[in-house]
Amino acid sequence: MTRFSKFNVSAIIIGFTFLYLPIILLILFSFNESRLVTVWAGFSTKWYVELMQNQGIKDAAWVTFKVAFISSSVATFLGTIAGLVMTRFGKFRGRTLFSGMIYAPMVMPEVILGLSTLLTFITLAIDRGVLTVTLAHITFSMCYVSVIIQSRMSSYDDSINEAALDLGCTPFRTFLLITFPIILPAVVSGWLLSFTMSLDDLVIASFTSGPGSTTLPMKIYSMVRLGVTPEINAVSTILVGLVTAGVITASLIGKRQKQQLAQS
Amino acid sequence: MSIKEIQIPVFLKRTFNGRNVAISIPYLWLLLLFLFPFVIVLKISLAQPVIAMPPYTPLFSWGDSLWPKIQAGLDSYLFLFSDSLYIKAYLSSIKIATISTVLTLIIGYAIAYSIARAPTRWRGILLMLVILPFWTSFLIRVYAWIGILKTEGLLNLALMTLGVIEKPLIIMNTDLAVYIGIVYSYLPFMILPLYANLEKMDMNLLEAAADLGCRPFKTFWTVTIPLSLPGILAGCFLVFIPVIGEFVIPDLLGGTKTLMIGKVLWGEFFYNRDWPVASAVAIIMLLLLIVPIILYQKSQEKAIS
Repeated sequence: MTRFSKFNVSAIIIGFTFLYLPIILLILFSFNESRLVTVWAGFSTKWYVELMQNQGIKDAAWVTFKVAFISSSVATFLGTIAGLVMTRFGKFRGRTLFSGMIYAPMVMPEVILGLSTLLTFITLAIDRGVLTVTLAHITFSMCYVSVIIQSRMSSYDDSINEAALDLGCTPFRTFLLITFPIILPAVVSGWLLSFTMSLDDLVIASFTSGPGSTTLPMKIYSMVRLGVTPEINAVSTILVGLVTAGVITASLIGKRQKQQLAQS
Repeated sequence: MSIKEIQIPVFLKRTFNGRNVAISIPYLWLLLLFLFPFVIVLKISLAQPVIAMPPYTPLFSWGDSLWPKIQAGLDSYLFLFSDSLYIKAYLSSIKIATISTVLTLIIGYAIAYSIARAPTRWRGILLMLVILPFWTSFLIRVYAWIGILKTEGLLNLALMTLGVIEKPLIIMNTDLAVYIGIVYSYLPFMILPLYANLEKMDMNLLEAAADLGCRPFKTFWTVTIPLSLPGILAGCFLVFIPVIGEFVIPDLLGGTKTLMIGKVLWGEFFYNRDWPVASAVAIIMLLLLIVPIILYQKSQEKAIS
């Protein structure tokens, strides 16, 4: 079972071609001189230059990064607590409801989340803007963070905590000095996941944003509705590049940490 | 005074100990921004459509000052069931979600199985390659297909250059394009739980079956598939439930004939500005999904513990 079988190799090759070909073509045609998608007229970076002059896109990008940064940070804080509560606090009143509220947003159709959150903001008379998008993003991101923390905690060695507590360390200090450093990689990947999910979200942002808080996906969406253009390809290429670099860096850091742990 | 000063801290300490505070922070957040919103949606779905007609005044129309005069009604729901468009959209969403879940399962199983049986040193990188598209924007991945599938797009160009077809295929703006888009976008959601399950599978069981003369294909059907059932279920829930309410894919790749309830809800809200009907659409969708969502939650809790 350590060799590739013919079936396995073909499934992997066909599968990955299907997964990657569209993105590769998208990147390729962002460097196309011609405006037409099917005609290759030579290499050009003119669409990137045009992108840099597009104030609407730059504004939207700034809003998006702001929302993504704040929402992922708060979501990581709340989600980490939620994950620890689910794994280490045993039984408490309302645990089933809590667990339901953590898993449901992950599969709940986005249109429902968007509509319900927006109607709540209107009922509470909160003006739509950057704040409302951020609050909505925190809510669904924290659930993903919580699940990442929960799965990390399922393989957590309890005896380390018990040792600290036996030696007179307070529960809070035990968390700060022992548990937190151990689960830090999971916390970081939770933050990264929240960040990219906030960066990507179109539907919930469309419902909850107001004038002046148009996010990048909303801007791209309105451009896509008008047709396929090399500018969209260019902005998509930048986003794909950023995310890919981030994911690869994160996994390299994780790998190095593992190696250091193995050596020590 | 002095007694109070002593009593308050004791009382505070009991209620606001670290444990309770830790539980209540995320709990209250989710109650306020996840559960409470559904109460609001339910309330608005029961409001009279007449009052909510103007795009910017609905809140004030059924705000506190007018609320006592207005009686909750099922008008929006009756409207949904009187117009066949909505029922058709629900049924069509279920059909599209079911077919695309099955397609994603077949393709995802082949890939997950192949990765799980690949040499150990390859698995990490292959799994990472599955996860990578999952991190890149959903919208961008759907957009990438427009250039490929449209009538004067890359697929038709390639097929016509190769001489496979003479006239361009019409795929863009059809249900087929929607299926392609869904399978493509949701494939990582299917592969990950399947892989997690298949990778842990006890290979001795498969060897035992082979030793006892079971043929590989039969072993696959009678041993591998039943053992991977938890992974299959988790993957199917992760695809089926969000696809029911999918908006981006049918909107960008589907045609005018492609009916999906997420698109209808979007239209009711943004174009028709009929908030009670949009809320009623959401409530019915939620009722459809509540059983699969609870089953999904149970399966996940089991998997983690």
